Amino acid sequence: MNNVHDKKRANKSLPFFFRTEFKVFFVIILVSAILLISTFSFDTVPPILNRGIQPATFPKGLLVLIIALTSIIYYLSFKKPWKKEKSLPKSFFLTILSFIIFIIISKNLDFFLAISVLSIFVSYYWGERRIFYLLLVSIIFPLVVFIFFEMILGLRFPPGIITNLYYY
Amino acid sequence: MMAPLFSSKLLLVLLFGTLFGLVLGVLPGLGPTTGGALILPFTMTLDPLSAIILLTSIYCAGTYGGAITAVLINTPGTPAAAATCLDGYPLAQKGEAGRALGMATVSSTVGGIFSVIVLVFFAPILANLAYEFGQPEYFALAIFGLTMLASIGDGSPIKNLIAGAFGILISTVGKDFMTSIDRFTYGINELSVGIGFIPVVVGLFAISEMLTQSTLLDQVFKRVALKAVKLPTKDDYKKTWKTILRSSGIGSFIGVLPAEGGTVASLIGYSEAKRFSKNPEEFGKGSVEGIAGAEAANNAATGGAMVPTLALGIPGSATTAVILTGLIIHGVRPGPDLFKEQPEFLYGIFGAMLVANVLFFIFGFFGAKIFARITLVPNKILWPMIFAVSVCGTYSLSQSIIDVWIMLFFGVLGFFMRRYGFSVVPVIIGLILGELVEGTLRQSIVIFDGNWLMFLTRPIALTFFILSLIALAFPLIRSKKIKNSYD
Repeated sequence: MNNVHDKKRANKSLPFFFRTEFKVFFVIILVSAILLISTFSFDTVPPILNRGIQPATFPKGLLVLIIALTSIIYYLSFKKPWKKEKSLPKSFFLTILSFIIFIIISKNLDFFLAISVLSIFVSYYWGERRIFYLLLVSIIFPLVVFIFFEMILGLRFPPGIITNLYYY
Repeated sequence: MMAPLFSSKLLLVLLFGTLFGLVLGVLPGLGPTTGGALILPFTMTLDPLSAIILLTSIYCAGTYGGAITAVLINTPGTPAAAATCLDGYPLAQKGEAGRALGMATVSSTVGGIFSVIVLVFFAPILANLAYEFGQPEYFALAIFGLTMLASIGDGSPIKNLIAGAFGILISTVGKDFMTSIDRFTYGINELSVGIGFIPVVVGLFAISEMLTQSTLLDQVFKRVALKAVKLPTKDDYKKTWKTILRSSGIGSFIGVLPAEGGTVASLIGYSEAKRFSKNPEEFGKGSVEGIAGAEAANNAATGGAMVPTLALGIPGSATTAVILTGLIIHGVRPGPDLFKEQPEFLYGIFGAMLVANVLFFIFGFFGAKIFARITLVPNKILWPMIFAVSVCGTYSLSQSIIDVWIMLFFGVLGFFMRRYGFSVVPVIIGLILGELVEGTLRQSIVIFDGNWLMFLTRPIALTFFILSLIALAFPLIRSKKIKNSYD
């Protein structure tokens, strides 16, 4: 219990723009505002076709609701500050990096190569050093998945340097 | 009711679904919702009945499976098993893990079977009632379902509502289904068809969990040894039979409420078990009543949650939202007409849920020790594999690489949502109800000729609006009750 109070105090002592609740509030409001502005560029339909309301009206209402509710939680956080979260470890950022690498490789080289690279990358950085298990997650398992989806579900994966070896 | 099940194929599907559900339930971070979403593409090779039987058996067994890890490693395999940890683990620490799991298995089975009976009786009644519903009534019902999101889990009700509104907002991406005008597509052709349900679910549940696991690499679970699961003694039955029945009723009722599910049911089942107990001081220290109260309630919510899903097309929980998607993908439209036109299909589902409850009792009783060993698979091997299945499964439904990017985006978003106290379940429910909310609202406005006050002249719609107001107040009442109970 004491720890929680310490955490809360630590959070409250920070300038408002460093506090978690402000950052969350700011991001939600910013994204909602951008989306709200973009709704004004939606096409409109003549009254006879608009089926009650214009296509932009409903999303506009939702975005206003989100902004209003977010303002309420930010207001409530003055009375009851959120607890400060632990900073994210290196392994989290490496996992995010692996997602980015996955996107780049799958877009430019090969879908299954991307899965293999991500698997070996994540497994290694999460602490796996045994060669067999690294091969299992990066080659054997993706191969099993490929065969299953390709042969049983009849799925065609996007072309790439490895997938093409099978298709052509 | 059981006749449609007397086929070797369906029994095999049921057997596989129950085993797979148990595995998913046992593994912390996975669960029936994620598992259902991951397996959905595979169901495309099955006929509709087999597909839904697979999903429902995963739902029933997965909900129970969470209790195994809750008892043995003090980590709920599924959120619905969180209350089971409170007494399951302390009892296991006293060297009575077998007794704790035995009680969890029996109460889960009784709760599950009770809820199937509720489903068989109440779903057709609700479906008949739905014939009275017009567009305004469906709109009011969907609003009621969305306001119920406020009380999902034990997080902030306002954050849940924001997440629900965000889910509905996602459903508006793409061509407006009434006027074909593009919304939030920003010139990306693939977005014209909207954002699919599966990429969002897999992202919010599986990928965000993978990111969560990446922050917990140093975590070491203290595992309690399990010799064998023991059936409850006569004394245990005497102590708990009222609790099991009460929690089964509570769980079924909570399950029937739109959007609520096993997590809320188990918390209320547990707190009510403590309130009615002759030995409330034992709660939190290894009370069998506590285990029975939580487990009967969360499994009873499975059948309850299927009631609005099948009768109205309104999901009763996050997993039933996946089941609902499965129904739609397989061309089955839930609602009153389903009860009239395809009764054998429904009896097949009811029968399958009944059998799944019996099967997980058998597997749990004889195989809990083996299932508990699944948690020994290290995350560094398990999660890259889950990633591979998630990516291929997401790609397979529309064969679109954009869906994979969407999945990854929602994975990162889901991680930060959970980190800052926003539940991801409301996003799923909002997404699935979005089209219904907007469509019925717009049609109602046409019917009412633009006069919004006309909603108040429809008694059923008015009732749902009043229930919505009550639903918004419910989290305050519940948190006070639960706080009193834990004190």
